[in-house]
Amino acid sequence: MTAPLHEPTAEAAPSAVDEAAVASADAKAVQGRSLGRIAWDRLKRDKLALTGGVVVLVLIVIAALAPVLTSLLGQDPNEYHENLIDPLFGTPTGSMGGISGDHLLGVEPVNGRDILARILYGARISLLVGFLSALVAVVLGTVLGVLAGFFGGWVDSLISRVMDGLLAFPQLLFIIALVSVMPDKLFGLTGSSVPVLVMVLVIGFFGWPYIGRVVRGQTLSLREREYVEAARSLGAGRIYILFKELLPNLVAPIIVYSTMMIPTNILTEAALSFLGVGVKPPTASWGQMLSSALDYYQSDPMYMVVPGVAIFITVLAFNLFGDGVRDALDPKGSR
Amino acid sequence: MARGPRRGPRAVLAYLIRRLFAAAVMLVVIITVVFSIFFIVPKWAGVDIALSFVGKQADPAAVEGVRQKLGLGDPVYVQVWHFFKGLFVGRTYTGGGDTINCSAPCFGYSFRSEQAIWPVLKDRFPVTLGLALGAALLWLIMGVSAGVLSALKRGSLWDRGAMVVALAGVSLPIYFTGMLSLAIFVYGPLKWFESDYAPFADDPAQWFSAMILPWVTLAFLYAAMYARITRATMMEILGEDYIRTARAKGLREGVVIRKHAMRSTMTPILTMLGMDLGALIGGAILTESTFNLPGLGREVLLAIRNQDLPVIVGVTLITSLAVLFANLVVDILYAVIDPRVRLA
Repeated sequence: MTAPLHEPTAEAAPSAVDEAAVASADAKAVQGRSLGRIAWDRLKRDKLALTGGVVVLVLIVIAALAPVLTSLLGQDPNEYHENLIDPLFGTPTGSMGGISGDHLLGVEPVNGRDILARILYGARISLLVGFLSALVAVVLGTVLGVLAGFFGGWVDSLISRVMDGLLAFPQLLFIIALVSVMPDKLFGLTGSSVPVLVMVLVIGFFGWPYIGRVVRGQTLSLREREYVEAARSLGAGRIYILFKELLPNLVAPIIVYSTMMIPTNILTEAALSFLGVGVKPPTASWGQMLSSALDYYQSDPMYMVVPGVAIFITVLAFNLFGDGVRDALDPKGSR
Repeated sequence: MARGPRRGPRAVLAYLIRRLFAAAVMLVVIITVVFSIFFIVPKWAGVDIALSFVGKQADPAAVEGVRQKLGLGDPVYVQVWHFFKGLFVGRTYTGGGDTINCSAPCFGYSFRSEQAIWPVLKDRFPVTLGLALGAALLWLIMGVSAGVLSALKRGSLWDRGAMVVALAGVSLPIYFTGMLSLAIFVYGPLKWFESDYAPFADDPAQWFSAMILPWVTLAFLYAAMYARITRATMMEILGEDYIRTARAKGLREGVVIRKHAMRSTMTPILTMLGMDLGALIGGAILTESTFNLPGLGREVLLAIRNQDLPVIVGVTLITSLAVLFANLVVDILYAVIDPRVRLA
């Protein structure tokens, strides 16, 4: 299930001890600190968020270097090792799903492909779809949210109704339906890049209202602030106000919501591949590995545990980091 | 028409009529969108819909028959109209030498399995409804109470523990927890529960035994989300001025929490419940396919695998209706529990 991003409020302000630390730091350094600086200082003290952030970085490196890492391990994600398979049951010989010095996380049932190599390659699909679809949602949501909040009137009504409508739709079902009617070729692309592109576009499209709603609300309140009025009275044009006065102040909520959107999108990608409408075999993806593990969870439970834990660690790391970023950027926390 | 607070039977009635009207408009939009996804998007992509309706190995005559029966040559708005009308008065498919009757409510006809869609939907619906309602009951109890306790004892061992579990809960894919629980409690070391679904009317005991794991797994995911949000909302509300006022005038803490804080906390929770329950009633696709429950979700997944478009259209529509209905109920409940809702 895609976990929708409905967390409009800040979860926790820094504790009293933290605030005391901030106060004493303020006393030492009198010069002003930017919002980014304040946020970074807070984030640095949040051990859980930092751990999440480090894990995310490691995952990005793993995904980027997947071909290098697998060749260092001497494995190929699509190479069959049928000699490691029990011909009678189709499950790996040896204990714990065929774990050995060569195959650190064991091999798949039936064809004996190296699970670690497939996990490493699977990370690429998960992160690629997670990040790019969040990017699509952020771009659409920011542009349309700012338009709605800044211009108001019928523009606002139209965009708001579309957002309400999209949020009321059963999203996973529509994503599945859309992904499944897509053709094999798209924009001159073929093979596994087509489902990836389709997933990025469709998940991003259904994600933008979450960001759009927040951006619209922020824009509505920001454009009535004194400093915007001051700029306007000095003769600043709409474009100037939009880019110099409003957008810089929208950066914080946009960062918060996009960090929280990435893990949701990763889960959606895994779900689509699990249901067989996402990335097609033989391309490795975690959801698709879990889907084929569905037939073996009695005879070879390791095959299910490995991709499941991979998804869990990735999503948990993003969630921890996202929670930390939100707390750090929350203006209420600075009081 | 914001004329200040105006309550009373007439205002409520006017509000209800407006909500119903909005829901009807949304319904038309949804039918059009659903229809477009399945009938227009493939056209752009250069896929022959008639062919996918019959199957890849179909003979040209059968394909042509389907084309005539569905009126695929007509303009799109005519096709949408025919479909829309069929929902209320039924529909007769003619062309290609034979005639097929599809009585109201006609959600379409599967040319692959050669049956109308509505009876299939009607058959699968109770399974999904039972799953969604049972799980919702569990997750409301678990999630809201865990969230409220966490907010009241902020920073305590309970709060930290509950929030760690909740964070883990929202990070676990449901099909993974489902498979783990199946491996342990059904096929593994503990053979506590049944895995084969039986309708409640046939065998209540087996139905219950087969539903426990799906309920708990589904409820765990949502309870985690609800606990996080309940805690955040409750903490924000406890910082509001009116809570301080209530305490200042000497109310006991229990009364402040129950009468003042809980009521405001429940409002956003109710919105979420409406949307989540609506989406689930339309098919808990992942849960049903993991536990092999014969509900709407598994049905639509099978249909996608077989490229059986009419079934997908039918389930998508039913889901949208469920979401719409749930949102309508929530809107109405809002007007009842939240005095701030303007009826204008």
